[in-house]
Amino acid sequence: MDYVKAFLIGGIICALVQILLDRTKLMPGRVMVLLVCTGAVLGFCNIYKPFQEFAGAGASVPLLGFGNVLWQGVKEAVDKSGFLGIFQGGFKASAVGICAALVFGYLASVTFEPRMKK
Amino acid sequence: MEQELKNQMNQIRGAQSISFEVSPYIISSGSVAGSKEAEGPLGKLFDMTNQDDLFGAKTWEEAESNMQKEACVLALGKAHVKPQEVRFLFGGDLLRQGVATSMGVESLQIPLFGLYGACSTSGEALALSAMSVAAGYGERMLAVTSSHFGSAEKEFRFPLGYASQRPLSAHWTVTGSGAFLVGAEKSHVRISGVTVGKIVDYGLKDSQNMGACMAPAAMDTIVQNLEDFGRSVEDYDRIITGDLGYVGQDILFDLMQGKGYDIRIKHMDCGMVIFDQKSQDTHAGGSGCGCAAVTLSSYILPKIRKGEWKRVLFVPTGALLSTVSFNEGASIPGIAHGIVLEHVN
Repeated sequence: MDYVKAFLIGGIICALVQILLDRTKLMPGRVMVLLVCTGAVLGFCNIYKPFQEFAGAGASVPLLGFGNVLWQGVKEAVDKSGFLGIFQGGFKASAVGICAALVFGYLASVTFEPRMKK
Repeated sequence: MEQELKNQMNQIRGAQSISFEVSPYIISSGSVAGSKEAEGPLGKLFDMTNQDDLFGAKTWEEAESNMQKEACVLALGKAHVKPQEVRFLFGGDLLRQGVATSMGVESLQIPLFGLYGACSTSGEALALSAMSVAAGYGERMLAVTSSHFGSAEKEFRFPLGYASQRPLSAHWTVTGSGAFLVGAEKSHVRISGVTVGKIVDYGLKDSQNMGACMAPAAMDTIVQNLEDFGRSVEDYDRIITGDLGYVGQDILFDLMQGKGYDIRIKHMDCGMVIFDQKSQDTHAGGSGCGCAAVTLSSYILPKIRKGEWKRVLFVPTGALLSTVSFNEGASIPGIAHGIVLEHVN
């Protein structure tokens, strides 16, 4: 059942984004920023945590979840270190995600050659 | 001396055009295209195509240079002319600093004028080549231009390796190069006149709708050509634009109607002809310098040679934006150059 929920919720989030890409003039980069910011806002409103508990990977894997992770990290750091926490928390919490993206992206570029679009 | 000067001045027509006293001719041409173009409606007409869009090179940019050189070699070969017998080469492409052209024609060692006209470069190169021959500056000139999907995406949008999704309305940059040997030697196609375009900017900023940005320039040059030469639309068998696409074509028709001209029956667009929109998923149509060039070489010139079309106005259009100007919020200026091609028995 967990798998089904993750699949459906993750798919719905991506489908909504596809509608944005197809129907609006928004560039992909702007859409991704929109997702991260929305995730952070939903985290602030305490909506994202219960959402993630329901949908599992379907909520944590898309970029929406990344925004939430950023928010959680900043919140914890501010609780701990006050004002300085605004600068500390974001990178600390998202370090794993960012590092993984960098490493795998690099490995992919070394391993594969770009091909012509058909 | 005075008579000669008078004759030269007689070539001036109206505000922007030249009618050549002694016509230069298109002696031969060469067309090289990529895999998607080979699978399109004109696939069998190109002189050379390659399933590998890298054309034996390591990068898209090098591939484009290889294509330019091949197109030149093909054009020269058909006319049995050696590179040393060509006086000047007029060439350009879409890349920054025109590297595809510089690297591509280097080995030919022909004195070079590097040009930038975006997708109107084929028109610009042909106009300058024709003018040079008509003025007596040389017997033979080469006009060449190219574009490549991979290099253009990297230049204007995202590198292919980034695997981004392209919007449905975007044009598909043609992977192709066309070269034209222009000279005094008689052939079945002559360049009887040119109308040099000026920049036309209606303030549009939509890079996803290039056709709309360039249609005003096409209208301006076509109307100027008709006025300068005292012609009507019926005097041409075809009026052919480079890459206005489906949307741009409609806008051009409206703009021309506004000036009192109906070109619907006479109009053709290279970008709409080079790909099959439905089966090849190319939406807005083909674009790029190579689009007009390879279509002219492989499809339009043969029709004029045979006499099927007696007089054609070839008017490729270009969008003169840069990635910087676009990102800084500037509008997209357009330009179009008109070349009058006529059948000779």
